[in-house]
Amino acid sequence: MSILAVLGYEFFQNALIAGVLTSVACGIVGTYVVVRRMVFISGGISHAAFGGIGIGYYLGIDPILSAVGFTVAVALGVGTLQIRARQQMDTLIGAVWAAGMALGILLVYATPGFAPDLFSYLFGNILLVPASDLWLMAILVAVIVAFVALLYHDLMAVTFDPEYATIMNLPVGRLSLLLLALVALTVVMLIRVVGIILVIALLTLPAAISRMYTSRLKSMMMSAILLGIGFTLAGIWLSYILDIPSGATIVLVGSSAYAVAVGAQQVRERR
Amino acid sequence: MRSPIIEVNDVWVRIDGQTILEGVNLAIYPNEFYAIIGPNGGGKTTLLRVILGLIRPTRGEVRIMGGTPAEMRGRLGYVPQFRTYDFQYPITVMEMVLSGRLGHVDGIIKRYGREDVMLAERAMETMGIADLANREIRALSGGEQQRAIIARALVGEPNALLLDEPTVYVDAPTELQFFEILNRLRRTMAIVLVTHDIGAISTHVTRVACLNRRLYTHDTSEITEDLLEAAYHCPVDLIAHGIPHRVLRNHEWEE
Repeated sequence: MSILAVLGYEFFQNALIAGVLTSVACGIVGTYVVVRRMVFISGGISHAAFGGIGIGYYLGIDPILSAVGFTVAVALGVGTLQIRARQQMDTLIGAVWAAGMALGILLVYATPGFAPDLFSYLFGNILLVPASDLWLMAILVAVIVAFVALLYHDLMAVTFDPEYATIMNLPVGRLSLLLLALVALTVVMLIRVVGIILVIALLTLPAAISRMYTSRLKSMMMSAILLGIGFTLAGIWLSYILDIPSGATIVLVGSSAYAVAVGAQQVRERR
Repeated sequence: MRSPIIEVNDVWVRIDGQTILEGVNLAIYPNEFYAIIGPNGGGKTTLLRVILGLIRPTRGEVRIMGGTPAEMRGRLGYVPQFRTYDFQYPITVMEMVLSGRLGHVDGIIKRYGREDVMLAERAMETMGIADLANREIRALSGGEQQRAIIARALVGEPNALLLDEPTVYVDAPTELQFFEILNRLRRTMAIVLVTHDIGAISTHVTRVACLNRRLYTHDTSEITEDLLEAAYHCPVDLIAHGIPHRVLRNHEWEE
């Protein structure tokens, strides 16, 4: 069947819409993740999200819904500890990373019956995104865009130079927590698309490539969004014609593009 | 006598059992150009951070124009140590300088007004970087980046400008020019400069103190041998300008 014919199917249209929505969230939030160097903490938050999936299974509610609450709570908890306790941050993140996964595994184990689509939460399947999830994604994207649009200057000041922001009496702690909450929301959206294990790639790769070619935060966000859309669409198309898993394909498309961008930069700098 | 902009009263700072500052007293008046010199690790940056309310003193207090640092630090401009920056951040000079206005823009949702833009342009002109406004900071030279940091501190129209090792990345001819700029700024604000580089003390400086855990103050702008010896705990060679000749004394290394 040709790709044009497939476009007529609802599941395929849903996949495209999901790809665009997640790319918007990734482009915006991923930009902060890259410039503020929050990649590792984002990895921790995304893996901890599996605990939220487990809670959903155990309670018999939509795992994505329970993951939203749980992941935001974890992000705020880690962020508060980062501000308050003098813990070594990478150790703390490592602990949260593993504990969240472990909690998820135990809860899925304790849930009677079979967990049919567990695999898709780990590795994602954008072709299986139900229409109901699209609405949730759209709301999450709206929340992210609204916060970033309203607090653009403040978030820039806090991520560029938190100390100077403190001196200007900006609410640095609260803005940092907000940023982590936005990371959590984005992570949950991405679970459907690429799965928990691969989330970090779609969150960081478009922004990292975009960083090499843009000089402003806004344009970095815009081009990261476009790159994200490109990667997801190319990944969906490739996974369809080659009949391979979509999540992994999207991530490999993004990683390859990143490798090319880094290589091109090396060549440019050597000249 | 005018009242001081910054008052530091018997400030002690102990961090992890180590005494960093010991009974420091300091008053900085309007239009002063106050230089604080001292060895690395002598507590210079800590003193600035206490003044800015970023570190709470173990004992003693800081007053800024009669208020606490947290209330009044908006009246201060701060030029942190150059090295602590992430110059890879995608931000233009204009955006960076404007961000110094955020503390003065009211409301939860902050938008820059015409006045903010005007002040930012003026600050960039003062620092001679007006033509770089739309350049990305990572594309600037070290000296230009330093000027952008100072412009950001000026844009809040501060009553005192605190500079931490500002001359590290500035070459000698630019340094003269740099001190000329600071001297001009002194008409509208006090200048407080901390450095480990005795050679960086310009003739424009009106008062000098030495800091090595304790602050050794002096009424004049001269760096005397006694002052340095007290701070560095060992005789020091003075080869800086402003001192007529090389003052060198035989000394034993028995510190």
